[in-house]
Amino acid sequence: MALFRYPRPLPSEITPKEMYLSRRSLIGGAAAFTTLAGAANAASLKVHPWPYSGSLTPTPHEDVTHYNNFYEFGMDKGDPAAHSQDFHPLPWTLEITGLVRKPVRLDVEQLLRSPAIEERIYRMRCVEAWSMVIPWDGIPLASLLKDADPDPRATHVAFESVLRPSEMPGQNEALSGIQWPYVEGLRLDEAMNPLTLLALGIYGESLPNQNGAPLRLVVPWKYGFKGIKSIQRIRLLDHEPPATWNRLAPDEYGFYANVNPQVDHPRWSQATERVIGSHSLFGASRQPTLMFNGYGEQVADLYRGMDLRKNF
Amino acid sequence: MPEIRAPRSIGRGSALKRYWRLILYPIGMMPAAWLVWQGQHGDLGADPVNVFERSLGLWAFRFLLVCLALAPMRRFTGINLLRYRRLAGLLAFFYASLHLLAYVGLDHGFDWTVLWTDITHRYFIILGMSALILLIPLALTSNALSMRWLKRRWKLLHRLIYPAAILAGIHFFMSFKTLNGVSAPYLGVLALLLLSRFLPRSQTKNGA
Repeated sequence: MALFRYPRPLPSEITPKEMYLSRRSLIGGAAAFTTLAGAANAASLKVHPWPYSGSLTPTPHEDVTHYNNFYEFGMDKGDPAAHSQDFHPLPWTLEITGLVRKPVRLDVEQLLRSPAIEERIYRMRCVEAWSMVIPWDGIPLASLLKDADPDPRATHVAFESVLRPSEMPGQNEALSGIQWPYVEGLRLDEAMNPLTLLALGIYGESLPNQNGAPLRLVVPWKYGFKGIKSIQRIRLLDHEPPATWNRLAPDEYGFYANVNPQVDHPRWSQATERVIGSHSLFGASRQPTLMFNGYGEQVADLYRGMDLRKNF
Repeated sequence: MPEIRAPRSIGRGSALKRYWRLILYPIGMMPAAWLVWQGQHGDLGADPVNVFERSLGLWAFRFLLVCLALAPMRRFTGINLLRYRRLAGLLAFFYASLHLLAYVGLDHGFDWTVLWTDITHRYFIILGMSALILLIPLALTSNALSMRWLKRRWKLLHRLIYPAAILAGIHFFMSFKTLNGVSAPYLGVLALLLLSRFLPRSQTKNGA
């Protein structure tokens, strides 16, 4: 079994210290600004920097918080920011149950004060062929799952989001055919991978409602829709659980949903991606999409011997 | 099928009326100008190319619906705006062409490998592209000269608007992940406009 290696930046990619410091102050500044600007539910988090983020430049805070897919609040990218103000993310309890020896009930307000929160800057690739870079603040999912002590029979992890039609206007939209609550799943080894994060914040502040408050999944080598938001329940199972988009359109959204430039979506190519953040119509940039979103060294082993065209 | 008549501009009509119609073309193009202006000023949001491309497509579809609405409107309400049908049709073609250009140039940077795969493999693209191709002969023969030259065949040729609208409708439906409050009304209107063609003429008051 190979040792896990975190994504090491190339020497040429390492940001000079002064730039790094100025970037941190920029991030801090952005966080302070939004806190002042009255994002009612945003609170500063105490976070440790994570040494493996490399030289990725985060997408502007404004775009990360105003360009979202969160159909519970509407299907337009601006809807989540516009229609999530009535959502109450706290108090919140996260359950970890199923095939575990020690079922866990976590008070998320306590989790938000956890000294284990790390800042991890990850690439985010949406299945719609756009991408961002997001500074998440979170805890590796593996550490929480270990606390629950998985039963050896467990092979998969099921995630379930929240059902609150009174606070989530999109859940009243009957036309879409989506069955609420949103559900997602991972294989247990994917869930235990050190890159898999339970995010509690972005940009050093607790998650805004539109980004999945109070806590969400981040699986950086998979398309964004795997990153289920506002999670209430995690269950360990001995079979593959259903996943919302896969259930709705299995030919378009696979269960694995690993970022793969060679396997196209039926309606568009996945070879390249539009980079969010330039706000420029005629100077917008497209960049090649990386296999496993650039995290191949960390995760390719999980899929050794599998036909990734079939298991897309 | 409703009676398709030549726009009145073929015959007489005051110079003022004729100029008035010319003024409507730039007015109809204003949404495109507005989108370009917004794009130049960074006002199209975080993913401007996508918004630009989709908005142009939506405008093309809107004008296509207007085009299809004028005949039933005259039939069921007596309001006759058929003389603006060419305007609506040409604007639909204008927006569909810009929509294609945005997809080819802005979205894919004239990457012909990607585009070729799209055009040959993806129903979503093939349907939209076919709709636009069907509109080309209609746009080319939208002038009085072609009408005189093609005579009755002109009418037949311009029935291509129906398959074009159906293809565009499916393409529009597919451009969203799910049916939703944005796309459903447009698709409903399209269905009504198409179905109105099948109502027997004797049942209507203004059929004459």
